[in-house]
Amino acid sequence: MEDIKFLKRKAAEIRKLLLETIYEAGTGHTGSSLSNTDILTVLYYSVMNVDPQNPTWEDRDRYIQSKGHAVESYWAVLADRGFFPKEELKTFSKYNSRLIGHPNNKVPGVEMNTGSLGHGLSVSVGMALAAKQDYKSYKVFTLMGDGELAEGSVWEAAMAASQYKLDNLIGIIDRNRLQITGSTSDVMSNEPLDKKWESFGWSVVEVDGNDVAELVRVLNGVPKTIGKPTIILANTIKGKGISLAENVAGWHHHVPTKEEYELAMKELSEQLEVLS
Amino acid sequence: MNHAALKKKPGNHIANRKVISDTLLHLAKENKDILVLTSDSRGSASMAPFADALPDQLVEVGIAEQNLVGIAAGLAASGKKPFVASPACFLSMRSIEQIKVDIAYSRTNVKLIGISGGVSYGALGMSHHSLQDLAVTRAIPDLHVMMPADRHEAKKMTEALVDYQTPVYMRIGRNPVEDSYINEDYDFEIGKAVTMHEGNDLTIIASGETVRIALDTACLLQSEGIGCRVLNMHTIKPLDEMAVIKAAKETARIITIEEHSIYGGLGSAVSEVISQNCPVPVKILGIPDEPAITGNTKEVFEHYGLSVANVSTIAKEMMGN
Repeated sequence: MEDIKFLKRKAAEIRKLLLETIYEAGTGHTGSSLSNTDILTVLYYSVMNVDPQNPTWEDRDRYIQSKGHAVESYWAVLADRGFFPKEELKTFSKYNSRLIGHPNNKVPGVEMNTGSLGHGLSVSVGMALAAKQDYKSYKVFTLMGDGELAEGSVWEAAMAASQYKLDNLIGIIDRNRLQITGSTSDVMSNEPLDKKWESFGWSVVEVDGNDVAELVRVLNGVPKTIGKPTIILANTIKGKGISLAENVAGWHHHVPTKEEYELAMKELSEQLEVLS
Repeated sequence: MNHAALKKKPGNHIANRKVISDTLLHLAKENKDILVLTSDSRGSASMAPFADALPDQLVEVGIAEQNLVGIAAGLAASGKKPFVASPACFLSMRSIEQIKVDIAYSRTNVKLIGISGGVSYGALGMSHHSLQDLAVTRAIPDLHVMMPADRHEAKKMTEALVDYQTPVYMRIGRNPVEDSYINEDYDFEIGKAVTMHEGNDLTIIASGETVRIALDTACLLQSEGIGCRVLNMHTIKPLDEMAVIKAAKETARIITIEEHSIYGGLGSAVSEVISQNCPVPVKILGIPDEPAITGNTKEVFEHYGLSVANVSTIAKEMMGN
């Protein structure tokens, strides 16, 4: 229980850190980053074998953020985990900073540059395949958005992962059901999502993607089936943790006003107090 | 001088793709990190023997070029040495964004082999021609671009690529190419043009299959008293700028010949250097800005004047004759 409480606190701290980063920079994908904060927190504090002191350690678990735009939660987690100084977050999106608006592998801890949707799963297939060839036990975790699933290349990669029996590959869908234009089911429906992945040969697990305890249980229990890649349909709320941003498509890349920022930080501080 | 135009030999029947496959197979037997990736293209890439001999080192991706390149990038990021063999027309277009982002931008060391390039699939139409690939790949930072002149160079280039630390797009044709070299006894260095024929009246700069046309033209011109230098520009990027500038200064007239659109390829690369360093007249020969006529390679080349007869005529015009 103490671990779960620690992770919940950590997620709230990450939310404050990412919000501060976005507010100071005047740019960022606020709703998207808040949506996947719990997933990232659980991965980096409970699940993945990584070493911030040795970020290219060859047996590390790999994380590929295919939905590259939600980078602020990623930067906040990497900084908090010690991959680079937290102070550097103040340079986010500034002239010549390495902390740009998408993951960038000049930053310790980042494997690949992403930003164009639909690339991450293919790259992850390559990494997982290399692990199999070298008899290594590391896992590859790939975070995708649900809007991203309209990209055909995702399904090319899904086929290959199944063909090569990559049970060391774990896809996570940040399924907040919203994208810039509005509801994902209106823009381009991807339902029935569980059946789609099943039919592509994946083991499917559905989870509340903002429930830290559930995420700990599910993400530490992969692969679900030996010989099959696992997809985790993480049902999330876009803008999670900040009442005025929750489930509002417009917050996809909305930067909070001063008033909104203060309200949001107050709300997150209250969450932390409850968890103390 | 090691060039085959001086020594008439029986025609070559070995395609560059076969040589590349044999070379990789030889090297991969000793190095399990060398992998070949195909998109249902092992036959057209002559990689079937590789697949049979080293099944664990051939990764079949199916007809999915975006995935092909993404997977290669992931393998390279994990310490592998992936060689991707897929038709140039699809590899350089369908997966260009993966080439840009997953390879060049992410700095993964993938070697891309565009097979059946140019008008190798001449009769199959524009969907199967790759006449914009040099322009597209050349514009991507940190991606190098190469074309071997013949089977000897294909072997030397492949060997050099195994330990080359920069991603590369290498384009080859489908059919056997007439030799430009007599053998492999010459210095091959990535980024260094090879002077294959000396001369100080003009220079022909060529890449890939057009090198032999340049050589035969130079021999013809020599018999008519015109000294024609031939530069084999096997590396189109990074371009050997010093060799180009030297040729411009010493010969004052340049002709480029390429199996590519006249926009953005070898002629453009050469002109970019000459116009900014030592302006002299440049004639760019290639495929004009139109869907190329269909036919076999020789017919298409003849149609667009990529022939000894036409190039020598142009050379003489430039000489004022």
